[in-house]
Amino acid sequence: MDILLQVLANGLMLGGLFAIVSVGLTLIFGIVKVVNFAHGEFLMLGMYGTYLVTSALGLHPFVAVIAVVPVLFILGALTQRLLIQPLMASGDDHIQIFATVGLSTALINLALLVFGADIANTPPHGLRAPVEIGPVRVLTGQIVIFLAAIALVVGLQAFLARTQTGRAIRAVAQNRAAAELMGIDVKRIYALTFGIGAACVGVAAVLVAPLYPTSPNSGTYFVLTAFVVVVLGGLGSIGGAFAGSLLIGLIDSVAGFYVGSDMREIAVFGVFLLILILRPSGLFGSRLKLAHVSP
Amino acid sequence: MLRLEGVHAGYGATTILHDVSLDVAAGEVVTIIGANGAGKTTTLRTIAGLLTPTAGRITFEGQDVTRLSGHEMVERGVTLIPEGRQLFPEMSVRENLLMGAYRRAARARQAETLEEVLELFPRVRERLDQNAGSLSGGEQQMVAIARGMMARPKLLMFDEPSLGLAPIIVSQVFAVVDRIVRSGVTVLIVEQNVFHTLQVADRGYVLENGEIVLRDEAKALLANDHVRRAYLGI
Ligand SMILES: Nc1ncnc2c1ncn2[C@@H]1O[C@H](COP(=O)(O)OP(=O)(O)OP(=O)(O)O)[C@@H](O)[C@H]1O
Ligand SMILES: [Mg+2]
Repeated sequence: MDILLQVLANGLMLGGLFAIVSVGLTLIFGIVKVVNFAHGEFLMLGMYGTYLVTSALGLHPFVAVIAVVPVLFILGALTQRLLIQPLMASGDDHIQIFATVGLSTALINLALLVFGADIANTPPHGLRAPVEIGPVRVLTGQIVIFLAAIALVVGLQAFLARTQTGRAIRAVAQNRAAAELMGIDVKRIYALTFGIGAACVGVAAVLVAPLYPTSPNSGTYFVLTAFVVVVLGGLGSIGGAFAGSLLIGLIDSVAGFYVGSDMREIAVFGVFLLILILRPSGLFGSRLKLAHVSP
Repeated sequence: MLRLEGVHAGYGATTILHDVSLDVAAGEVVTIIGANGAGKTTTLRTIAGLLTPTAGRITFEGQDVTRLSGHEMVERGVTLIPEGRQLFPEMSVRENLLMGAYRRAARARQAETLEEVLELFPRVRERLDQNAGSLSGGEQQMVAIARGMMARPKLLMFDEPSLGLAPIIVSQVFAVVDRIVRSGVTVLIVEQNVFHTLQVADRGYVLENGEIVLRDEAKALLANDHVRRAYLGI
């Protein structure tokens, strides 16, 4: 019984990790309707940023938030403005996919050039210390990630629902032409949204870096599951992606323990394919709010 | 207030509007009459900044606005209530109306304007918390008009406000348009019900194949043989 609880706890913690990495990806997809294949590389850059701040200045890794989040916001906004926006006029979505895949490759190679292929370990500053909650043991840093994921999801939803800018963002997603007729600068909203999405993965990077080694390929490792989660949650639904993250985390953990660790990915992708076949619009596709296709 | 001089505009390589010149003075109600495909919607979209003229000039309140984009025109005080309503379907009626007041000049007086507008649309008030996508066609049109008014525009443009509505709803829409006109807002309107519109309007333009072929006082157009035959079916 205690073992099962431990396995479930591990699953939830893993789910929190997937959630925090995928929130920004969901937002960008839901509003800008662009699949950002460079999302993982934004994460990787944020992890390196955290590593540099922590090891060079000897500060607590969380302090890196002050630098990493604004830098990623700007990187995201510029990606939209300089790379995606000019391609949007072409009306061919495939070109945008190639563009973000290209950006992803470029960033990996840039990281190889600057940081080399060696692994960088961010000093954990106590974040790898275990805490006992009843019969289960998890890492302090994992709990922080889980709580931060919830805070990010709730905060983002409240921002979209309650603020004037949040409403403008949803308006652009629902009917781009009508949004322009309301006086909304649609291009500005796209850049802002891309920036917010990238800033979210910046938060994730700062929290993830102390727990996992950083290398130029870190992004690829984390983000594959994030794509699964985003599709599973019903493309563009932030709440859906969160629920999907927990589900995938639990499946991963349970399958890894009871079936065998080499079976984890088979279980995760098996369930993923099954859900796609049974519910092509994702688990929460019927309540798809953000990704309402504009005419 | 608004002046188009020799405007050419269209979609991509296809030019739809050829040498269109028209003007609207402050406080006036002006209508554009034309057959399906004549370019009425294209004209309104060009004025609204959604299309950029390939030649010619547009001025608004004496300033050149030819190359301004849609949201910049809204900031200047030009609002288009588009053909086919174009509401935000997954937002409540209230949120749709608040989006209407996004324009800087309207934002500060949001609450006050909302009260004023709802005064005019009691049916919309009853539906404030409902999703806009779940309204009937007539209700959606009322919300679209109310949303346009939320911007407190200087020039309000209507594109086919009665399109696809049942006759009884059409007369309600006209009643609302009449009230807006009487309140003194400058209006440029395109409407399939030419007879009614010419009675409300001060002046009108007749658009055929993207060219202005006739311009006159509304009363004179009502008496014009060509207009009577082609657009009034008399
Ligand atoms: N998005 C578009 N792309 C290309 N051509 C278009 C587009 N929209 C309209 N057109 C063409 O422009 C011409 C004028 O269309 P427009 O919508 O301005 O006419 P209209 O006078 O408003 O007609 P209706 O009474 O049917 O609304 C038509 O020939 C139409 O096919
Ligand atoms: Mg039209």
